[in-house]
Amino acid sequence: MGAEPIEKVSIILSKGSFDGIYPGLIMANGARMEGIEANLFFTFFGLDAINKARNEHVKVASVGNPGLHIATWLGGFPGMSAMVTHKLGQRMEELDFPSIPEFLELIHDSGAGLYACKASVDMFELSRADFVDEIDDIITVGEFYEKAAGGQIIFT
Amino acid sequence: MTTKTIAGIDVEVNDEGFFEQPDQWTEAIGAEVAKEAGIEPMTDRHWQVVKFMRHQYLETGSAPSIRALGKASGVPVKELYQLFPKGPAKLAAKIAGIPKPRGCI
Repeated sequence: MGAEPIEKVSIILSKGSFDGIYPGLIMANGARMEGIEANLFFTFFGLDAINKARNEHVKVASVGNPGLHIATWLGGFPGMSAMVTHKLGQRMEELDFPSIPEFLELIHDSGAGLYACKASVDMFELSRADFVDEIDDIITVGEFYEKAAGGQIIFT
Repeated sequence: MTTKTIAGIDVEVNDEGFFEQPDQWTEAIGAEVAKEAGIEPMTDRHWQVVKFMRHQYLETGSAPSIRALGKASGVPVKELYQLFPKGPAKLAAKIAGIPKPRGCI
């Protein structure tokens, strides 16, 4: 106590893996639960989190991921990534974590702003129609900074 | 832990104002806590959420967090945030005289 409470956060999601997406979503939702204003900005592979065709199929990387504590050669085995994702997903379901689409709906309904990065949308040749309904807008980096004004920025 | 007099009754609360002993709670106390938290007046919808929180806590021993609240309280998430802008689960728990929900989702 004594320190100024955080009033606003803008969280950037730049990764498209299971473990790259969930932490940012949990932080955004957690901010709103505490009454903290929150924005989410999806950039680069983070766009997979809001891509309707992809956000139910994100995976944990099983290659080059020392956190899994399995042999390097084993990580590249066909089906390894799917299996690891499945196991983690099962555990999260037991803990009652929402799926990514449901999580986005929850965060949107909580009043957080959800934005896609224009540069990345152009780079991957995507458009508004590729994204879930909860996305408020496709914005430039400059517009992101305007929206983030007066708060903390967290890059994930 | 401190003792605080709310609506004429002495109650035990923690640093953040959450009740240490949920059985010390009454509706009049709840209304007073709400007022102090900037929620006035408490509408039927507010009470629906608060009573649901309290009921769940007394039944299960833990308070629901926002996702469960949106699914089971009969008040959707959007409206929960309109009713309790500074954090629905947190505020409703405080008003309901129960500990702060510890869920991360």
